[in-house]
Amino acid sequence: MSELLIRTRPIRTLKQTVRILVMVATTFLGLLLITFLIGRIVPIDPVLAVVGDKASPQVYEKARIAMGLHLPLWKQFLIYIGNVVTGDFGTSVLTANPVIDDILRVFPATFELAGTATVIGILVGIPLGIFSAVKQGSFLDHVTRVIGLFGHSLPIFWLGLMALMLFYVRLDLLPGPGRVDFFYEGIVTPVTGILTIDSIVAGEWEIFRNAVYHLILPASLLGYYSSAYLLRMTRSFMIEQLRQEYILTARVKGVKEWKVIWGHALGNCAIPLITVIALSFGTLLEGSVLTETVFAWPGLGLYLTNSLLNADMNAVLGSTIVVGAIFLGINLFSDFLYKVMDPRAR
Amino acid sequence: MMTHKALKTGGMGEWLLADTPDSAFQAWAGRAYLGLMAFMKNRLAVLGLLIIAILIIIAVLAPVIAPYDPVETNIGNRLQPLSFTHYFGTDEMGRDIFSRIVWGSRLTLYVIGLVAIIAAPVGILVGTVAGYFGGIIDTMLMRITDIFLAFPKLILALAFVSALGPGIENAIIAISITSWPPYARIARAETITIRNSDFIKAVKLQGASALRIIAGHIMPLCLPSLIIRVTLDMAGIILTAAGLGFLGLGAQPPSPEWGAMTSSGRTYIIDHWWLITMPGTAIFIVSLAFNLLGDGLREVLDPRSDN
Repeated sequence: MSELLIRTRPIRTLKQTVRILVMVATTFLGLLLITFLIGRIVPIDPVLAVVGDKASPQVYEKARIAMGLHLPLWKQFLIYIGNVVTGDFGTSVLTANPVIDDILRVFPATFELAGTATVIGILVGIPLGIFSAVKQGSFLDHVTRVIGLFGHSLPIFWLGLMALMLFYVRLDLLPGPGRVDFFYEGIVTPVTGILTIDSIVAGEWEIFRNAVYHLILPASLLGYYSSAYLLRMTRSFMIEQLRQEYILTARVKGVKEWKVIWGHALGNCAIPLITVIALSFGTLLEGSVLTETVFAWPGLGLYLTNSLLNADMNAVLGSTIVVGAIFLGINLFSDFLYKVMDPRAR
Repeated sequence: MMTHKALKTGGMGEWLLADTPDSAFQAWAGRAYLGLMAFMKNRLAVLGLLIIAILIIIAVLAPVIAPYDPVETNIGNRLQPLSFTHYFGTDEMGRDIFSRIVWGSRLTLYVIGLVAIIAAPVGILVGTVAGYFGGIIDTMLMRITDIFLAFPKLILALAFVSALGPGIENAIIAISITSWPPYARIARAETITIRNSDFIKAVKLQGASALRIIAGHIMPLCLPSLIIRVTLDMAGIILTAAGLGFLGLGAQPPSPEWGAMTSSGRTYIIDHWWLITMPGTAIFIVSLAFNLLGDGLREVLDPRSDN
């Protein structure tokens, strides 16, 4: 019997892997269908945008055929899939660059911001969540609840503006919007695109310090939202674990309380927590749209809003696909963790 | 306020809490009474409900409450600080901010009301049909639902607004398109548990059509959990709508939408703090109220939740 179980396990894992991959592929196709249809219903005539409104009917028709717009919709969609998969999102009207180049250029800034925010969220949210689960109903538990509740109610763009007003305008403790003071801009040659790392690589400590100062406010802001989410989840995972009988067993055996909490209970929360952290990173990409607009942070979010306001559809849809693909990747990652890594979910 | 005990001694309380109710109405009233009592014990939820009630009153009485016209500009009177003539000061066009916030409450209610009216029926329809018929219909409908669920709401809403063009109606459509999937999932889960129960089989034997069963028997039973979810989502809808307004893609100037007001106040952040503080506080208070109410409703109506 046990031999049979061992033998069938790899097959089942493989089957599950295939099923997850098929799901991801259809979901991505669905996203492409949505962005394709959005591109069709948009009231801007893409041909006119290229040839200008003084073009003769012949030129117009030639451009239309060159852009493949005379083909039936399903054929256009197939071509579109082919383009996207090979990284061709068209050209941005605003910057005249291929959209993919623009996205690759701005993405590291968003990654830097969202990554720092995730670290802050983990450092603040998880310990707070654990403490409030252990000491339910205590003062700290109530404070934690308020933090969580406010994190779900405060408009992020407004909190960002208020923080700027307090720390930049009134107290003058932190620098204003932007990624670095303007006289430092363009000095460091981008290697990773992440300014704090690039400045260390270049040995420009002055710029490094300036970049860190600029990062503090937007990253803490996003980090707050991340921690508000993480502490709620950590609290409920921990409460669930602390109710289990193995915890009672450990306590009866005389295992020290800190070891029961930080070792036994937290250890069993590890996999769901990692998936929640991954999902919160995805949510931060969304939050970064508004945060980057407030802090003039030159990342994907600011690129997306600028493109939106200028009706630069290729750039808008390209960014949407990239964010969607990252989301899917994150979901895929957490699915694998759950279904493949965690023996309890098999 | 009548307390639980006072009611119990009176005839009313006895009737409500009878162990063997005489009619379906009495049983329903008794349950509603117990639910109300449990809800009233949650002071924060009551506070949330109170704030929402005040918001509705302000919106209805906006012409009476607001001392000034919300859109009429008066350049000579611009950027006035808080005073007894202008409670919240005036903005860069000399408009009274208090009056604008009062009128803006109508826009907020308009947005959440319309999103709920559009998204909830779509969700419940997709969910009940998928859950009732099962098979290929279920698979297809749920795949579509999952596609929408898999992506960040704000980004999708942005993409839709970019296609439809900026404006509050288009923002409402975009938010609705991204809001219905969770409702479909809830309705489907409920339908699957109801579908095989005996009373549905009995109705089916009587010859009721699928349409009658879904609309008349399954949908009403899906409503409670759906209402909780919609209430919990309200705060998110308010924040998304305000975010779209802030980005310049929602309500357009000069309409007194709170997010757009925050955005236009940004330029004056250095010397005129009230321009962004007041509308933002309004957004915060209203979304907090919906979160408090939603949490309270969930605790009363969904016994599985924590706490």
